[in-house]
Amino acid sequence: MNETLAEAGEETAATIEASSCFARFVNVQKSYDGVELVVKGFNLDIHRGEFVTLLGPSGSGKTTCLMMMAGFETPTHGEILLKNEPISGLPPHKRGIGMVFQNYALFPHMTVAENLAFPLEVRHLSREEIKRKVARALAMVRLEEFGDRRPAQLSGGQQQRVALARALVFEPDLVLMDEPLGALDKNLREEMQYEIKRIHASLGVTMIYVTHDQTEALTMSDRIAVFNDGVVQQLASPETLYEEPENAFVAYFIGENNRLVGEVVENSGERCRVRLDSGETVLARAVASGGAGSRTTLSLRPERVDILVGGEDTDHDNRFHGEVMEVIYLGDHLRTRLRVCGNDEFIIKTPNAKGHPALTPGQTIEVGWSWGDCRALDA
Amino acid sequence: MAIPSYATRGERLWHYVFLGLCALVFLFLVGPLLIIIPLSFNAQPYFTFSQEMLTFDPAGYSLRWYEDFFTSRAWLGAIKNSFIIGIASTILATVLGTIAALGLSSRHMPARGVIMALLISPMIVPLIISAAAMFFFFSKVNLAQTYLGVILAHTALGIPFVVITVTATLSSFDTTLIRAAHSLGANPTRTFFKVVLPLVTPGVVSGALFAFITSFDEVVVVLFIAGPGQRTMPIQMWSGIREQISPTILAVATLLVLLSMLLLTTLELLRRRGERLRGLTPG
Ligand SMILES: Nc1ncnc2c1ncn2[C@@H]1O[C@H](COP(=O)(O)OP(=O)(O)OP(=O)(O)O)[C@@H](O)[C@H]1O
Ligand SMILES: [Mg+2]
Repeated sequence: MNETLAEAGEETAATIEASSCFARFVNVQKSYDGVELVVKGFNLDIHRGEFVTLLGPSGSGKTTCLMMMAGFETPTHGEILLKNEPISGLPPHKRGIGMVFQNYALFPHMTVAENLAFPLEVRHLSREEIKRKVARALAMVRLEEFGDRRPAQLSGGQQQRVALARALVFEPDLVLMDEPLGALDKNLREEMQYEIKRIHASLGVTMIYVTHDQTEALTMSDRIAVFNDGVVQQLASPETLYEEPENAFVAYFIGENNRLVGEVVENSGERCRVRLDSGETVLARAVASGGAGSRTTLSLRPERVDILVGGEDTDHDNRFHGEVMEVIYLGDHLRTRLRVCGNDEFIIKTPNAKGHPALTPGQTIEVGWSWGDCRALDA
Repeated sequence: MAIPSYATRGERLWHYVFLGLCALVFLFLVGPLLIIIPLSFNAQPYFTFSQEMLTFDPAGYSLRWYEDFFTSRAWLGAIKNSFIIGIASTILATVLGTIAALGLSSRHMPARGVIMALLISPMIVPLIISAAAMFFFFSKVNLAQTYLGVILAHTALGIPFVVITVTATLSSFDTTLIRAAHSLGANPTRTFFKVVLPLVTPGVVSGALFAFITSFDEVVVVLFIAGPGQRTMPIQMWSGIREQISPTILAVATLLVLLSMLLLTTLELLRRRGERLRGLTPG
């Protein structure tokens, strides 16, 4: 929406390495009651222009981290840096961080245009300049005709876009969003996800986004920090997070996942052999499992499990019989629940297309997967 | 109120009896007020309808009691005093009460319950007790028989109304709006005047109206504290009825009814405006 910002956006790609850290949490801890730590040793480096998502279950401390960045809560321990400066001494209104609140927090007594003009008036811009910027911000979120309406006269999605425009209109270089799409229906959500991505790409602002919706996190983010229990479990790109989860929590939280528990029999560093509690032996990729004798959880994505129809094959290092428990019709694919190795929550997915066998409950089939797709994680 | 089609005969009967009872209650409450208005135009110095008035003869009606009111030094002085005291104490009560309510709504406020109870107490303690206490105290500090004394006393009586109405408005106030204003760069002062105050204004205004009315028709405290120089309307009416029975008092009463209606209408309009701003009804 602004030339300088657009330039900054293009420039960032080249200068990421040079000015590597834009915003930074250094060993931040937070306790509300002085007893229980809600955030424990939180570390996060955010590059300029990046879209970072904090993803985690309810109560894991995501909002708390965002509020500390915005200045509405103070860290009990640790330091938050913005452009290499500690910001603990700066009150919220001097931080210049844009924020989109979960409930939008539009001022109900002002029109949409007045809402957008508010941060500009605070900054003592001239009247023409305010008018110009407000018009441009309204155009950016495609709400040109709605400037004179009050927030109560807008739909949820429109209010959401006004909130977004208001957080961006004063050209902050950091924008925080706390579950901004939580209250919207599925279609509007997807539309807004696209809109936010488009704006992020065109302005080059840095965004920290909070959600507990993993699909949203996977589609929007450059990097995702998976939160649990006040600690970052893994910080990585969406692909890495999905393909190579580092621990059982991440594997369980991101995407669908079959779990088999057992004991490591032999660990060669890359591969390991695991004896399941039900007696079978499985060959797996050693990721976070210990040496022989330690407990481990095997994680296997449903789409990496194949149904075998007789004959020899060398692709599948692990082959087991499974009893079909339930078949769930999902339109484009079928989700089948099997009992494999004593686990009757074992899920496989088959496309609803020609050439795939029709399964019926009670039937016994053979399934297989290669050792590399099966990750041995912590217990 | 429509009767649903499934109502039994008994329910229908009760419905009409109920409407009749409501009408009676209404008549009982409003009747005396409505009688006063035509009586105040009586051409005779009596408190009853004359034969001419009942036959709608123009000769039976006159504005002489209104004229009497607007030319009497005693009545005009009383109304002036009432307005001076009423307006000054309303302003004080509104400012102090609003600030108190804002402070009490903060989650960092210690001893909230105790302070609230103290502020509300003038509304609960029998008026005669407050009045007597104020009389003794004000006499000691030379505030008895002064305007300031009466104003301060009425301020104390008006504050509970402001505290209660503003607190009620604040309870539905979304505090993330304050955070939003801060995140947009507004300092606390600006946030207060641009975001908090406009949104709690309906509560502030209705509190102020209640405070004004409280002061305007207050007798007991004024009797104790005011000197002859601070005679207010209610006192003047009281002594008027006892000493010189004149229908002027009916003219005054009619004017006061008009004033109250005006204030209540303002209140209702403000309430609707507030609702519209909060998006409760389409504007
Ligand atoms: N003001 C507060 N006072 C005391 N405890 C709080 C406060 N705010 C949050 N908590 C606690 O801190 C923990 C983390 O809360 P937080 O709001 O950061 O979670 P979250 O990850 O944002 O969850 P959600 O996805 O449900 O929004 C919770 O256990 C919560 O009960
Ligand atoms: Mg939250």
